[in-house]
Amino acid sequence: MSSLLDYAIPGVPYGCEFALLAVGLVLTFRATGVFNLAFGAQAFVSAFVFDLLDEYAHWPQWAAFAVAVLVLAPGLGLALDHFLCRPIRTASTTAKVVSSLGLLIAIPQSIPIIFGGRTRHRIGYLWLNPNIVYFHIGSTPVNGADISTTVVTLGVVLGLMAMFRWTSAGLTMRAVVESRRLASLEGVNAGRVAAGAWALSSLLAGLAGVMLLPQSNSIDPTNPLEFTTLLVAGITAAAMAGMSSLPVALVGGIGLGVLENLLVKFLPPGGVLAQGLLPSLPFIVLVGVLLANPRLRHLDQSSDPLASVDPPPPPRAIAIRDKRLELPMKWGFRLLVIAFVVSCLTWVPGNWVFPLGQGLVFSVIFLSITLITGMSGQLSLCQASFAGIGAFTAGQLALHMGLPVLLGAVVGAVLAAVVGVVLALLVIRVSGLLLTLVTLAFALFADNVLFQFSWTGGGVAGLVVPRPAMGSVNFNNDRAFVMLALVVLALCMGVVVLIQRGTVGRYLAAMRGSPTAAASLGINLSWSKVTVFALSAGMAGLGGALYGSIEGPISSTDFNYVLSLVWVVVVITTGAQTVEGAVQAGMAFAVFAQVLTYLPQRVAGIEFIMFAVGALTYAAHPEGIVEYQRSIWMARVGRWLEAWDERRSRMARSGMPPGSAATGAVAGGVGGAPGSAVPGALPASAPGSAPAGGAYHA
Amino acid sequence: MSPMLLEAEGLCASYGSYRALFGVSLALPEGSVMALLGSNGAGKSTLARVFTGLVASTGGTVRFAGCDITNLPAWRIARMGLVHVPEGRGVFGSLSVEENLVLSFRRRAGRSEVSTALERAYGAFPVLAERRRQQAATLSGGQQRMLSLAKVLAVPPRLLVVDELSLGLAPVIVDAVYDGLVAIRSNGTTLLVVEQQVDRALALADLAVVLAKGAVAWQGPAAGAATAMEGILGTGSVVDAGSRPGQPDSAGQPDRPGRPDSAGQPDSVGTGEGAGEMGRSC
Ligand SMILES: Nc1ncnc2c1ncn2[C@@H]1O[C@H](COP(=O)(O)OP(=O)(O)OP(=O)(O)O)[C@@H](O)[C@H]1O
Ligand SMILES: [Mg+2]
Repeated sequence: MSSLLDYAIPGVPYGCEFALLAVGLVLTFRATGVFNLAFGAQAFVSAFVFDLLDEYAHWPQWAAFAVAVLVLAPGLGLALDHFLCRPIRTASTTAKVVSSLGLLIAIPQSIPIIFGGRTRHRIGYLWLNPNIVYFHIGSTPVNGADISTTVVTLGVVLGLMAMFRWTSAGLTMRAVVESRRLASLEGVNAGRVAAGAWALSSLLAGLAGVMLLPQSNSIDPTNPLEFTTLLVAGITAAAMAGMSSLPVALVGGIGLGVLENLLVKFLPPGGVLAQGLLPSLPFIVLVGVLLANPRLRHLDQSSDPLASVDPPPPPRAIAIRDKRLELPMKWGFRLLVIAFVVSCLTWVPGNWVFPLGQGLVFSVIFLSITLITGMSGQLSLCQASFAGIGAFTAGQLALHMGLPVLLGAVVGAVLAAVVGVVLALLVIRVSGLLLTLVTLAFALFADNVLFQFSWTGGGVAGLVVPRPAMGSVNFNNDRAFVMLALVVLALCMGVVVLIQRGTVGRYLAAMRGSPTAAASLGINLSWSKVTVFALSAGMAGLGGALYGSIEGPISSTDFNYVLSLVWVVVVITTGAQTVEGAVQAGMAFAVFAQVLTYLPQRVAGIEFIMFAVGALTYAAHPEGIVEYQRSIWMARVGRWLEAWDERRSRMARSGMPPGSAATGAVAGGVGGAPGSAVPGALPASAPGSAPAGGAYHA
Repeated sequence: MSPMLLEAEGLCASYGSYRALFGVSLALPEGSVMALLGSNGAGKSTLARVFTGLVASTGGTVRFAGCDITNLPAWRIARMGLVHVPEGRGVFGSLSVEENLVLSFRRRAGRSEVSTALERAYGAFPVLAERRRQQAATLSGGQQRMLSLAKVLAVPPRLLVVDELSLGLAPVIVDAVYDGLVAIRSNGTTLLVVEQQVDRALALADLAVVLAKGAVAWQGPAAGAATAMEGILGTGSVVDAGSRPGQPDSAGQPDRPGRPDSAGQPDSVGTGEGAGEMGRSC
């Protein structure tokens, strides 16, 4: 019994770290409605700056703490509130997640740009020295970091609970969380309260970051997302708490820490269990909690009784083109494709052919995002994992069984689709934020467990996916590979368009509009959902295999979970509704990366930052920037054509009365300014005037 | 100094591209009660929301107690003493009954007055005292309405705007609610009552305004409102815009483009065509 306790006690400070993260996630979600995936990134910023000031600039500990945690972290929170949250306050949960994804990507990428990319090995600590053992509990040594983490976490959670329960500020914050408008009718400045909530939760992130600092041996500014275990456990504890209860988040976090410690100690170290099961346990627990906790089912529903005050969201911009433009555009497109092929085969320099091929391959992968996010409106964060499944399957089959790569790619795509079906069956009952989190959990699992075995990702050495060969033609040459990729891409585009126009596409469109109404029409949502998940996973798998093939050697880092997030952001920013959007995203992604090779290494992150900033516009333009611009231009061209028509017909019939020509130009201003001709102010009228109105009709 | 507590002039408002108010003007003297009547979708709630800053106006001005409050943020307007009890659920469901009251009283009565205000609120509605620790979301609809009223009854505001306070309540409870309004009025609060139950509202009111299709169709002393409404709504429902013979559609309704769904909108009482025509003529 005492040995059990000996094993459990070290789990407590460990679990406190989980709890700190979980409490931060819950607090941000409660106070702002944003599931702040960027919480970890915010924590990293403070930790990094604290270390920089304390260890490298030799500031006193309290000064470094004051700047990094008390000033920088809340300042960042206020900036986020101002630039990110004001515009998305009334946006859907999906839009909020997309915005926080943008941040999650942008914040860490800007650190090396500001501070340089050097790895730092001197690690600072806050308050008590982690290298000193202060006392023993039983036979367990307790060091400074253990004490400070536990004390700070307990203090923070109890303090927050007390604040919410008993203080006026806490009461106000709870009121604003439920309904900003109702609170403002009570004279509460809801904007200021929300900003305060962001500042508070960012402060918590900063504190968590600094407390976690002693855990790591070094800080690599170019890879700040290494706290994966922490993120998973943090989300799990937050999910246990139903994203609402702080004490449950605390207890859940500590419980997970203790459990993990006990399992590590009691499972035989060399066995299959410790090798395969133990690392996947956190993900299994996470998915289990996400799917089992009934309180998470209603996360997406707004509780605001005054939500009806908002105007309905603007319709998505769709490019409507004039009939006469169809033929020129068709031919323009064909010419473009021919020019692309000819250029790739002839004058384009070798170092540019490769990224063009990459762009085509990315386009195939991105089409899978068009399928799932664009068509069914679900945010999947594990497309890179599906791509990885395809790539590693093709590679392993080629290596061990000598299977031709193209065949291997098909097998890989099928395997990815099967995994997609399993995942879809798991999440069939959930949607929105919950589905996003489950796919994120799967991405983390694939990244950290599945792709780490030598029989999947090839271990540390990685794996080589050979270039395909067809009879005597082989595609070792980049130019030849580009042609192959073009053909595959065209086939995939055809499939997506067929699905969009077919029954499944219409079902999904109906589901996006209103799941309840669609279900009441007898539309089988589960079936559509599983189909689209499977197709999307399969397409990602196929694209992944091609990606492996064009790259040659690949390893698990090529299908890192962060990539899933980046890809989603790239596609959504460009336009997730149409196949063209996916292709534009793919080409832009690859080409920008190539352009950046001409710039210094330090600013390599700028591409990600650009797309991430683009993601922040998602709330305003869910159809994507490119699509939005295109619809504007199409409307403009349409108006020109109409004006031209009108002039011509007026000239042709110049003898006729002017009024009759106007009928042709009715359809013009769909998105135009609301009625400019308005009945003037209706003055208070005398009782007698109502019959007068009647008399007018008679 | 104007004796008017609330003055609106030429107010316009829209939801996105949909226009809901077309130049509404009215004036409410201090200490009086005004009933704001009209069919479904006439724009009553919208007008109330514009007054209290929930919906931004796109034209016109609102003056409250001599100050221009057009498009001020809602919380500023609320702090000036203009309280809005919105349509439907108007309480914080996640807070307890007492927390709802405290939140309101702290700002409007000041910290030191909170406990006396609580006593008054519980005195007026003893049922709330029994349930002070209960979450407001678990109160019945009528009890929630009482909670909303208790807030304003205990600390009377300068101007109270209530929107469909009687909606979905049993007649007995409606009586209680209207007794509450009478009490508030006798405290010196000016009232703007939005109501579908015309007789109830007119029994309480001194003045009445009838809205139709986002514009004022009639305004005058409450006593004359009943007959006026009959006139407006009655004739309007008989003669419908679509059935008018010999009226070319596009030329006859030049001022409709901002109201995309005005055609598809079922007008249960069928107001406004007459009123609309009148408005256009001047
Ligand atoms: N959030 C909104 N978005 C778009 N249009 C709205 C919104 N709220 C109201 N409207 C429209 O504005 C018009 C006026 O609505 P309002 O709620 O002011 O009517 P009302 O007079 O209060 O009706 P009721 O008696 O049914 O409550 C209606 O035609 C309605 O459809
Ligand atoms: Mg209303």
